[in-house]
Amino acid sequence: MKNTQQTKILPGTVGEGLAQRGVTRREFLKYCTSLAALLALPPAMAGVMAEAISKARRQSVIWLSFQECTGCTESITRSHSPTLENLIFDMISLDYHHTLQAASGDAAEHARLQSMKDNEGKYLLIVDGSIPMGNPGYSAIAGISNHDMLVETAKGAAAIVAVGTCATYGGIPMANPNPTGAVSVSDIIKDKPIINVPGCPPIPVVMTGVLAHFLTFGGIPELDALGRPKSFYGETIHDRCYRRPFYDQGKFAETFDDEAARNGWCLFKLGCKGPVTYNACATTKWNDGTSFPIESGHGCIGCSEPKFWDAGPFYKALSMPVSATTAMLGAAAVAGAAAGVAITWHNRSTKAAAKASHETVTVQDLAREGK
Amino acid sequence: MNHLELLTFARGNALNWALMLFAAGVVLRLFEIFSLGRKADLSKPRANSPGSGWRTVLTRSLPAEGMLKRDPVTYISGYVFHVGLFLAIFFLAPHIEFFRSMTGLRWPNLPTPLVDASVVAAMVALGVLLAHRLNNPVKRMLSGIGDYVAWGATFLPLLTGYMAYHHLFVEYTLMLSLHLFSVELLLVLLPFTKLFHTFSLFISRWYNGDIFGRKGVAS
Repeated sequence: MKNTQQTKILPGTVGEGLAQRGVTRREFLKYCTSLAALLALPPAMAGVMAEAISKARRQSVIWLSFQECTGCTESITRSHSPTLENLIFDMISLDYHHTLQAASGDAAEHARLQSMKDNEGKYLLIVDGSIPMGNPGYSAIAGISNHDMLVETAKGAAAIVAVGTCATYGGIPMANPNPTGAVSVSDIIKDKPIINVPGCPPIPVVMTGVLAHFLTFGGIPELDALGRPKSFYGETIHDRCYRRPFYDQGKFAETFDDEAARNGWCLFKLGCKGPVTYNACATTKWNDGTSFPIESGHGCIGCSEPKFWDAGPFYKALSMPVSATTAMLGAAAVAGAAAGVAITWHNRSTKAAAKASHETVTVQDLAREGK
Repeated sequence: MNHLELLTFARGNALNWALMLFAAGVVLRLFEIFSLGRKADLSKPRANSPGSGWRTVLTRSLPAEGMLKRDPVTYISGYVFHVGLFLAIFFLAPHIEFFRSMTGLRWPNLPTPLVDASVVAAMVALGVLLAHRLNNPVKRMLSGIGDYVAWGATFLPLLTGYMAYHHLFVEYTLMLSLHLFSVELLLVLLPFTKLFHTFSLFISRWYNGDIFGRKGVAS
């Protein structure tokens, strides 16, 4: 597709929004190219995306926040490509979001219900936060429990995007002992396509990339076994980490501020969970590609994996036991010794009994028996 | 249960139980052996041979005269396997971290590719030894089910560790869990199978060397 080619601008579409905001076709194609690269699509798809997005109607999105910390929203507001402003004004119509919307109270709830009615079967539902299954009062909005609001809103949604580890896998609220009985979105909703975008918080461009994919192709991207888009969660942090060569060479930092750490050696010994964590931090990075936690000197804590909070101490190497202690081994050894004493006693008493019951036989006895 | 949960279980309760059974089993078996006792040898030693037991501990690690030529497969594969396994267990950085967490002791690690090569050598040697055991009529006759179980329990941690490191066939987190489970199986079996020679080997060598020294046989 040539840049000079004119596309007919249809009213109410993303294309119209772009034109109104003075975005040139060249700029838009450039943006679609970077988006295609992010989504691991072939470069030729950029033109297709540009065509599809400009003709698409602005997608209605309802964002529900349950047991969460607003970190996911904080993260998406720091997205750079596309920026949240781009996303809201050009591509989506964010009809309901507690933190970002101006309306409150009844007006806010009315906006949600109106959007659900107007876009029945077409709107995208984004959820952050886990859902408490214990007392409904643990988390409620406008007097509606999180569970009921999710079920009600999910009914007419085209698809659901669960953002953040709380919505995708239960996250920190679900951590042992899970006082609120927190569950994930997919634990409750079974009849809708769900895209999991885990992370604590998720990478902004991953969130916006998933939304852009939905807008472009009208469907969900290829997902892994845990419901995550493969284009972003297909490889471990460790495999794409710039410190990986040092792991292969057996060169490790021993403390967070030693010479080895400063030289970029591997943080495995300091508890990095990169080898078992699937996410795009090492490639897309954070803050407009500035860096990611490992680059800042801290090991990965595995926040995009289910139950990462209960997967052992953050600062213990993966090869270390989660809870085994030397005292435990000592106790086992004492138990072994006690069992050894019991066996010894048994062996010796058997031997002593055999000795005691031994009858001496003389030649005369044998001779008598012979007769 | 997802893969990370499986790994947490493998590093957690499963490892705790395996380590406890291992520790209790080793102490129990050692206790059993030592408590058997020996009757005091009242005879006068034929030769004064101080250190005979200790010498035997070392000399039995070398092939007896002519034996290397008679059975090179067993000796060479045996050495390669044992050295390879030793390097893999004690000189891979993540393994040293494990020992450090349990004992507080640490020592320098070897470069990972070197350990990797030693694991390959150990696995090849184990394969050769198994083939030899199956093809040699005398070895085959002497082998029981316990020998093959011991072989399998030793081979599995090497194979799963190698596969995990090289990301072969199975997803890494799952493979790492399987590696830990295979090690845990080895830990549980070790005290109660022929694998206990890890501990009893040097005890029995010392005893043999000492008793034969008293009887006038050179160690």
